[in-house]
Amino acid sequence: MRFVDEFRDPEIINRTADEIRRLVDPKRHYRLMEVCGGHTHAIYRFGLKDVLPSNIELIHGPGCPVCVLPMGRIDDGLAIAQNPNVVFAAFGDMMRVPGTHGSPLEHKARGADVRIVYSPSDALKLARTYPDKHVMFFAIGFETTAPSTALTLIRARAEGIKNFSVFCNHVTIIPAIRAILDSPDMRLDAFIGPGHVSTVIGCRPYEWIAVNEGKPIVVSGFEPLDMLQSIVMILRQLRTGEAKVENQYKRVVPWEGNHAALRAMAEVFQLRPYFEWRGLGFISQSALRIRDEYAEWDTEQRFHVPGVRVTDPRAAQCGEVLKGVLKPAQCKLFGRECTPEHPIGALMVSTEGSCAAYHSYEHRKNQLTSIQTVA
Amino acid sequence: MNGQKPSGEIAEPKVRFRDAQIEMAHGAGGKASRKLVEGLFVPILSGALPQSLTDAAHVQINGAAMAITTDSFVVKPLVFPGGSIGELAVNGTMNDLAVSGAVGKALVATFVLEEGLPTAVLEAEVRAMAKAARQAGVSIVGGDTKVVEHGKADKMYISTTGVGEFMPGVRVDAASVRPGDKVILSGPIGDHGVTILLARGDLDFEADLRSDTRCVLPLVQALARETAPGIRWMRDPTRGGVATSLNELARDCGLGITIFEEQIPVRDEVRGACELLGLDPLHIANEGQFLAVVAAESADAAMNALTMADGGDGARIIGEIREEPASSVLVTTRYGGSRIIDMLVGDPLPRIC
Repeated sequence: MRFVDEFRDPEIINRTADEIRRLVDPKRHYRLMEVCGGHTHAIYRFGLKDVLPSNIELIHGPGCPVCVLPMGRIDDGLAIAQNPNVVFAAFGDMMRVPGTHGSPLEHKARGADVRIVYSPSDALKLARTYPDKHVMFFAIGFETTAPSTALTLIRARAEGIKNFSVFCNHVTIIPAIRAILDSPDMRLDAFIGPGHVSTVIGCRPYEWIAVNEGKPIVVSGFEPLDMLQSIVMILRQLRTGEAKVENQYKRVVPWEGNHAALRAMAEVFQLRPYFEWRGLGFISQSALRIRDEYAEWDTEQRFHVPGVRVTDPRAAQCGEVLKGVLKPAQCKLFGRECTPEHPIGALMVSTEGSCAAYHSYEHRKNQLTSIQTVA
Repeated sequence: MNGQKPSGEIAEPKVRFRDAQIEMAHGAGGKASRKLVEGLFVPILSGALPQSLTDAAHVQINGAAMAITTDSFVVKPLVFPGGSIGELAVNGTMNDLAVSGAVGKALVATFVLEEGLPTAVLEAEVRAMAKAARQAGVSIVGGDTKVVEHGKADKMYISTTGVGEFMPGVRVDAASVRPGDKVILSGPIGDHGVTILLARGDLDFEADLRSDTRCVLPLVQALARETAPGIRWMRDPTRGGVATSLNELARDCGLGITIFEEQIPVRDEVRGACELLGLDPLHIANEGQFLAVVAAESADAAMNALTMADGGDGARIIGEIREEPASSVLVTTRYGGSRIIDMLVGDPLPRIC
């Protein structure tokens, strides 16, 4: 299959892995953060840790939109879904994320009209199909998914579809990276930059990371070879003491971003003064709200939203894991109270969440290794 | 009498199933389904947990051994490229018997029909059942019909129960699996699940795909003729896919199963759809494939028998049984990476069979 098989070719992968081994300084420990949840998933799915030298440590970043969404927002959305006339539409990723009184799927089992959609335009299609219902799209995601929400809202307004609204939880990636870098317990050498977000925002917004913080950042694709090549590019920078933004994912990411997508976002959204991130707390100018011109399609302006705030269970250490201070298995709840079947923290829910990825792909493998080491 | 309860009163069986309500995942064939069966049905209905839960039960009546199994079909849409609910209802039950080492001899069918269902739709499905039964060499000998109010069912559901006669010399038992045994897959995976997903029309893309639904009995018979004693275990990887079936085996036998990703046959259309939707083909349902674990020394003969048989040319050895990782399934890649693959959790594709 084109655009997939070339990037999983064992011969080229092995050559690239050799190159990585040549470039690493055995006396040095490397801490690289993959910003994007898609990268976290790929690292586990392709077993990339088995290919990398042990002194390269990969740390999961904040780029899993489900994981950083505070539980209160889910409760707010589900509170509106209690209205028998409301259809709650969301991506599959959202469906098992626990709210205080259960996940969207559990609400569905109790009678709420909860639908999985694959794009916001599918939600708009539902609104056209059920003119007597109100379809609420529970929007999540970074700049990757925000443009399609924006375009859907533009279309809803143009077509005058009144029984549709968006509960906007879109967030932006740059403030999250800044929060990570500002965290005092964080020592990182470089970033594997988000691939899909960059298809929209391009590479320029990362320049401050290289210039002001002195950290290399390489925007990366999601195939095994993409990620290994990005690590080669990072190691080359670190070796020469350079720090710059590089684009490994050139086949998809234009340096300047996607102007049409950015225009659609600017038309529909404006920055919120601040927004709560799960595990990271309130971050200023880190999320999007719907502009007043689109108020009619803004769930938060059309409905009474309770504005629930829920603190994470005290024993859960999602914040530390999210910031890369702890590994998933070091959390007190990991694999005991908190499992993919019964997630407590959101990192355990999404396949892009570091805890879920670690649990499904790595956990037992590591248990095995530790048993063998003891023996 | 000496402190015991009066005879006839048996202590209430302990139920370990803790979920407060039934959700779609409990019917999806993955982890939640297994928890429901092992935690609620088995303790209340059968008492002790059998060593492994198989696709068909083994019963003795007056000294005659036979296999019995039952399955319900709630697929939506009723008709999809490559098959339909009526044909699934026959082949699904025949396949459960086949992978238990039995040849289906008779079926009974239950129809749950929604008020208002056009007769033409029902007739087409009954004809599909008759045709599938003829091809599979099984008789449909009885049935039952219920009609529920409009809106209380989705057009029609079919349940079939089959009895079968065991093939001579074939014993399917997870406990007989040994390190070194080979894992054989009869053909490409994911066709059924992805076809159904696309046939629902919720996704705006199309692919030239058909469900793989078929009766696997001829292939199992070909395998048994060549190497009956070499067969250790079989399963048809329906809901939950190959990953779930192999995880059940790993748990039942306590050994590790290593599968080689590049050996697993997956059509490009299925791979493409899975890449786009973020699904793993190993978790996608099949309706016309089966997995067999055979003794290492029988593997060549088994592969010969399968690839020579009609419809068996897609068979591959996809992995082997090892001591480690105990009770787990490990997928290895050609470049030396590996990952543990678990049973399906939840249900990304509701109601596909």
